[in-house]
Amino acid sequence: MADLAYTSNEIMTIAAARRLADGMVCFVGIGMPSAAANLARSLHAPEVVLIYESGTIGAKPTVLPLSIGDGELAETADAVVSVPEIFRYWLQAGRVDVGFLGAAQIDKFGNINTTMIGGTYASPQVRLPGAGGAPEIATASKEVWIILKQNKRTFVESLHFVTSAGHQPGAPGTAIRGRGPTVVITDLGVLTPDPETMEFTLSALHPGVTVEQARAATGWELKVALHLETTPDPTPAELAALRDLYARTEAAHGSASTEG
Amino acid sequence: MAQTTTLREAIAALVHDGSVLAMEGFTHLIPFAAGHEVIRQGRKNLTLIRMTPDLIYDQMIGMGCASRLVFSWGGNPGVGSLHRFRDAIQNSWPAPLAIEEHSHADMAARYQAGASGLPFAVLRGYVGSDIPKYNPSNSSVTCPFTGEVLAATRALTPDVAIIHAQKADRKGNVLIQGITGIQKEAVLASKKAIVTVEEIVDHLEAPMNSCVLPSWVVSYVCEVPGGAFPSYAHGYYSRDNAFCKAWDGISRDRETFLAWMREHVLNTEDFAEFRRSLNRAAEAQFG
Repeated sequence: MADLAYTSNEIMTIAAARRLADGMVCFVGIGMPSAAANLARSLHAPEVVLIYESGTIGAKPTVLPLSIGDGELAETADAVVSVPEIFRYWLQAGRVDVGFLGAAQIDKFGNINTTMIGGTYASPQVRLPGAGGAPEIATASKEVWIILKQNKRTFVESLHFVTSAGHQPGAPGTAIRGRGPTVVITDLGVLTPDPETMEFTLSALHPGVTVEQARAATGWELKVALHLETTPDPTPAELAALRDLYARTEAAHGSASTEG
Repeated sequence: MAQTTTLREAIAALVHDGSVLAMEGFTHLIPFAAGHEVIRQGRKNLTLIRMTPDLIYDQMIGMGCASRLVFSWGGNPGVGSLHRFRDAIQNSWPAPLAIEEHSHADMAARYQAGASGLPFAVLRGYVGSDIPKYNPSNSSVTCPFTGEVLAATRALTPDVAIIHAQKADRKGNVLIQGITGIQKEAVLASKKAIVTVEEIVDHLEAPMNSCVLPSWVVSYVCEVPGGAFPSYAHGYYSRDNAFCKAWDGISRDRETFLAWMREHVLNTEDFAEFRRSLNRAAEAQFG
């Protein structure tokens, strides 16, 4: 029997990877989304189409890219197109099934902040990298998945700045074209929107995590789904594939790019 | 027709205090050598445009070259924050830095409009985002055919575009391969363009349909082997990930940053000497 001890990062990545069905077209953010998407490709979804915003369509990297424009993405892609083309013809036109994003902060409706925290916009306490491709990935994909670690700094009642829109109930004129964010995968569990209020609600816990822990790591009053599920433990095959992916990445780059 | 010249002459001819400069290269073919030459020549008060202001703009901002930054994502890819960029925005060091930020799709559209000779571009962008509230270059427009309200974004028309490419021929025709990013649009949107290349060859041997910039849209071509280091040039060398990680430590502290820039950039004549200077420092450290 293999040793099935695993970290919260590993169960988060594996839980996200399981959701990606074979043949889906996935616009991938760097870091944890990329790790989960490539794990899925190495397991149950060999024909998943990974699009990176550098213009690589159908990239099949053997190691996790350190940036969205690594050479291996271009070498293994079905097509390499320009940056305007990737955003216009492929994303904006609605050809992407899943936009897969990370975030610095998220609110209960799945709005994302990657711009600034504290102070004023012109003079922030913490300046974050900014939007990148996310505002349009979040609104032009058929649905959006968000992966980030859950704590009171990242899961906040209200955002200092909405970089990329989630659900905005009651705000007229902000209808997003697809279904918007349909799932938030964290190191503690899985949140999905309540169908009526669109508020993200705890719908699954990873093994060994309690509702109290999830509540304590959430900056809003976290609601719990009627049928709270437990994420199945990682299988030996899943763990082996993920660790192998990180080991190859470590060997190639000098360190695994697990954050982004 | 592009003139073939040294990088020093090309920068001196086109980049002046107050210029609006677009240096592009989407994680690939980043024009580091050209950025260093702008720093050596002490240019000030530049408006720096770049979708992904990574290490090279961090260096230029920290050395006080810029008063304004137009961008869509400012980080050290795969590593973390850009410390000089953050210090400039959060603490106005070494000088206040006005920012204008966009999304990638928007920046790409702005370059396309500039390259197309149009005053603005249309995109289905920024739905529900706060970005346009802070941004004088964004507005909205109603489609005359369907009534749909779309984001409108002002064209980018920089004074000078600077890019790095794999090859030019002796006439100055330029071939870009691999991830071509936004470089073609940046060159065509700008009034003048400088292209540094890995090598100048007799025959470009460009495959049909490849990304070629004809000589007559380029002002200067400069041969600078390795000129995209520490980023990469597909077919020539790969990215120096160790340098990108080391930059986090070098740039975190103002004095450490300044000492590094003095030793390796200000006190070197050109990019080749910069590379030798880095190698000497590495040998001294590791014996």
